[in-house]
Amino acid sequence: MTHPILKNRRRFLAQSAALAGAAALGSGISRAQSAESLTVATYGGYFEDSFKSIIYPAFTEETGIEIVSVPEPTSDAWLIQLETAARANSAPADVSMIAQTAMLKGQRTELWAPLDLEKLPNHTSLSPDFIHTYSDGRVDGIGAVAWYLTLVTNTDVYPDAPSSWEELWNPDNEDSLGLMALASNSFLLEITNATFFKDPEILMSEAGIEKVLAKLAELKPNVALWYRDEGQFQQALQSGEVPMGQYYHDVAGLAAADGHPVRSTFPSEGGIRDSGCWAVSRASSKQEAAHTFINYMCRPDVQATLARKVGTSPTVKRDLLDLSDEEFASVSSVDTPITPVYAMHNERADWLNQVWTEMVTG
Amino acid sequence: MNTTPAPATTLQGFSRSESVAMAWPMIMLAVFFVIPFGTMLTISFFERVPGGFFEPGFTLESYARFIDPFFFKSLGMTMMIAASASVICLALAVPFTWSLSRMRHHSRVFWLVALLSILSLSEVIIGFSWSLLLSRSTGIGNILVWLGIENRAPKLSPGLGAVLTGLCYLGFPYAVLVLFPQLSRLDPTLHEAARMLGASPRRAFMNVVLPNIAKALVAAFIMVFVFTLGAYLIPQLLGKPQQWTLPVLIADQALFQSNLPFAAAMSIFLLGVSLSLVVCVGWLGRTAPHDQDDAHDDARSEEA
Repeated sequence: MTHPILKNRRRFLAQSAALAGAAALGSGISRAQSAESLTVATYGGYFEDSFKSIIYPAFTEETGIEIVSVPEPTSDAWLIQLETAARANSAPADVSMIAQTAMLKGQRTELWAPLDLEKLPNHTSLSPDFIHTYSDGRVDGIGAVAWYLTLVTNTDVYPDAPSSWEELWNPDNEDSLGLMALASNSFLLEITNATFFKDPEILMSEAGIEKVLAKLAELKPNVALWYRDEGQFQQALQSGEVPMGQYYHDVAGLAAADGHPVRSTFPSEGGIRDSGCWAVSRASSKQEAAHTFINYMCRPDVQATLARKVGTSPTVKRDLLDLSDEEFASVSSVDTPITPVYAMHNERADWLNQVWTEMVTG
Repeated sequence: MNTTPAPATTLQGFSRSESVAMAWPMIMLAVFFVIPFGTMLTISFFERVPGGFFEPGFTLESYARFIDPFFFKSLGMTMMIAASASVICLALAVPFTWSLSRMRHHSRVFWLVALLSILSLSEVIIGFSWSLLLSRSTGIGNILVWLGIENRAPKLSPGLGAVLTGLCYLGFPYAVLVLFPQLSRLDPTLHEAARMLGASPRRAFMNVVLPNIAKALVAAFIMVFVFTLGAYLIPQLLGKPQQWTLPVLIADQALFQSNLPFAAAMSIFLLGVSLSLVVCVGWLGRTAPHDQDDAHDDARSEEA
């Protein structure tokens, strides 16, 4: 999936131009080659920009390791590039930020180099569910950032904030929702389950999934826009054209801070929490530097900076962070989140995609 | 597609330097078309690893997924949208190009430059602009409210109308550019003769002008059809899920599901279907000159 904040096209274009410029400059600078360097991939655009200007310089100052930043389009697209390169024993990036479903796909081909927790002493600051492992227990990813999908509304159209995901099914909201177009990025099956079935097992079987899907299909008359491009929904939400829907908590917060009539609400059932891991390609020859980098990124102060400056939700435990309650609430929630059923999205990927597409387009 | 007859006499007897010059486009064609196409064809037979990538091998599994009512529904919708867009484009482009070909030089240049500048816009910009123009909050529907015709501006996107509007905007310049040479070269005395023999302007246009440009019409239709058949962003941005065409579903498979074999198989299938349609239409077009003569005869006998 693509991280939300980066899909602003103007930013992305500016970013590409800046990147081309940086590449041209980089060829003339030998320092990066002489000092130890590490190539890190994050989602291109605003996100990568923030890492380059806020996070990487402080890391280099402390460790002497230069960071060469590369943009990745989406985890899935980047995964294909990493895998193809690894087959030729090369790594376009040593460390990459990778979303959960892509992490599992990469495991199939042992794309991720196993990580040594002894070289990552700061990993103890993280909530245990942010340590990603192979089925045999080897660690292959460390939680980098988390983000929430919440219920968003246009404040002009909805003066009162909704309190439950049930609002998506409310007949009063006909033709007014913006939902993501794919099962694997909208996590609407998980939302439907948390709202109506509350059954942790139901999404484990095809019969159960079909039951949830049938309930989900009931909200179709309310949907005005099934979106793949976040920019399209954000524009429609801000203008009130599509006044309700699911969206990223952090970007909605940025839009509200810019003065747009937008609010993000954590429904009583919880927001969807998704996250990205730092993972190292097996073809990378810089395993040591990669560990140093990942360990640095697990520090509570670095995570607090990320939360304040980039708007991502920390993977470090709440009590270790020096964020004020208000700062924490702007990027996260202490309520139990809805966790995506990643196993379903991987093991039944093709079948799920088929029944999902038939439901949406039918 | 041959709107201009090839100068066959000059094609024989290449000098060595000409052969070398010809080799360059051949190499380019091989590198940028034949090899990628071969890769795609190969991948379409590879084995899909569910939840992973794909393994080299040979299986027809990806093609077997076509045997599904859902797939045929999507294919039918894709064809219907592309064909409708082509017909609308032609219906607009023929009268437009006809008047363009009769304009004075400088106004003709102005219109051609305006059309060519549309071609410089990317599909992304066109898609986003139309979604704004057809929206309730910022769209052209507000003019109706302003004029007092409607109480609330209509929401025109997403929907079939919006998709067709976007695709026609995209295809229109191509249709005009294909029709223009033929129409501007058309002997004006033909039309004048028909008029002098008493045909109404409409009848002269329908019975004399149109049959004379039949080949260009077929070429323009094929051009716009194939062009809009492959459009991916316009149906995605301006369409409801019912109007998501096969290219949208192909992109979903390739970009989001990492199912390259199925995406490749669908692409090959779409390519095959559009190629056979082009061949069919081209074959029909070849019979057109006879119709044209018949049309002349009809016109003459009717006038008589």
